[in-house]
Amino acid sequence: MTHVAVIDYGMGNLHSVAKALEFVGKRAGKSLKVSVTSDPLVLQEADRLVFPGVGAMRDCMAEIRHLCIDEILREQVRKKPVLAICVGMQALMQSSEENGGVDCIGLFAGKVLRFADDLVDAQGAALKVPHMGWNQVRQTQAHPMWQGIGDNGRFYFVHSYYVAPHSTIEVAGETDYPQPFCSALAHKNIFAVQFHPEKSQENGLQLLQNFLSWNGQAS
Amino acid sequence: MSLAKRIIPCLDCDNGRVVKGVKFVDIRDAGDPVEISKRYCDQGADEITFLDITASSQDRSTTIHTVEAIASQVFIPLTVGGGIRKLQDIRNMLNAGADKVGINTSAVLNPEFVREAAERFGSQCIVVAIDAKCVSKPGEPKRWEIFTHGGRNPTGLEAIAWAKKMVSYGAGEILLTSMDRDGTKSGFDLELNLAISSAVPVPVIASGGVGTLQDLVDGIQIGKADAVLAASIFHFGQFTIPQAKQYMREHGIEMR
Repeated sequence: MTHVAVIDYGMGNLHSVAKALEFVGKRAGKSLKVSVTSDPLVLQEADRLVFPGVGAMRDCMAEIRHLCIDEILREQVRKKPVLAICVGMQALMQSSEENGGVDCIGLFAGKVLRFADDLVDAQGAALKVPHMGWNQVRQTQAHPMWQGIGDNGRFYFVHSYYVAPHSTIEVAGETDYPQPFCSALAHKNIFAVQFHPEKSQENGLQLLQNFLSWNGQAS
Repeated sequence: MSLAKRIIPCLDCDNGRVVKGVKFVDIRDAGDPVEISKRYCDQGADEITFLDITASSQDRSTTIHTVEAIASQVFIPLTVGGGIRKLQDIRNMLNAGADKVGINTSAVLNPEFVREAAERFGSQCIVVAIDAKCVSKPGEPKRWEIFTHGGRNPTGLEAIAWAKKMVSYGAGEILLTSMDRDGTKSGFDLELNLAISSAVPVPVIASGGVGTLQDLVDGIQIGKADAVLAASIFHFGQFTIPQAKQYMREHGIEMR
């Protein structure tokens, strides 16, 4: 049996992530247990962790620190696969520009930046912020998490901030808005995505299904 | 490679059933919200919007269960509006599986609520729903005002200024409904939509009045909407979502 723990720090859209995991587990005929929890013992016990996130970074980080999720993640990421989603991905960076500047967990070197206010597309039309809707992800490296998902497949995004990692080696996917930004990061046991796989219909469900069988290696 | 425009079927719900009226009266039963959401998702809808249309008038405790049921089967974004009055209401909806909440009446009664909600949960999940009606006389410069309680109560607030204010308070998206067009099948109020979309930096969803597929194209190309919302044309089988997407694609609009 596979045990996935969805880390609950009071900020995420947890029902969706948990339901999507249960859905793909069932579909793939896997024996699967999904816990939604902040209990350190359950997080240690689980085979894999999902680190979701919705909300403002200052409040997210306050809850993460309050519940010692940062410490648990640092320790657990050495032992098991971790999938970080949206603000969960952003929280893994060193710092974010949001809320006047927030220190984050720092598992990846780099910052979280806001999209500029004056973005325009190739035709000169204004681009809105938040970046909201279905955009394409260019797979910049082969990775088991991309298995069965077409290059430039569409995923659902909703965010005003994006990660700017120091190392391009860790970038697993890029999206244009209108400049390329990092929409997926991979390093050892961590796969982190800016989009919401739990809301990205078939492509997203496939990614979650891949996560259930991923061994935490890059290939 | 770019961001696609969105088609959003809207489920106006009353006591756990999808309904659709003309100008908010003459309500027809259109079915079970979970079943309908699933069908639209399978057909390629880009999002689902669930509006509890009587939420400001009555108790809405069953909504959470419906949202949970939809979110268990539908893996595309879900916006829930109606009766969102407190931060706890938002928390409950997000935990039930909603991705965004629509705030309408409560924003008018207490604009600070929008600010608090955006600070707590992030602008990306705060949709301010604006019900606007044209109040200028023929020949005068166009002027739209905000109405609440399903179009029943005038507020005296001017629509463009209100939209800007809501964005400055943290709204991440505007759901703009023309009360004049809603349910009439005579097309979006394109002037209203263009005026609001040009005035705010966040995405605008055009709503109210879709009768043909060309209306959807016009909403995006003339009204400069980022997404188009429709109910009747899909609920009563006039068009399917794939037909709508195909038509929009043929007219040069990037679709998923």
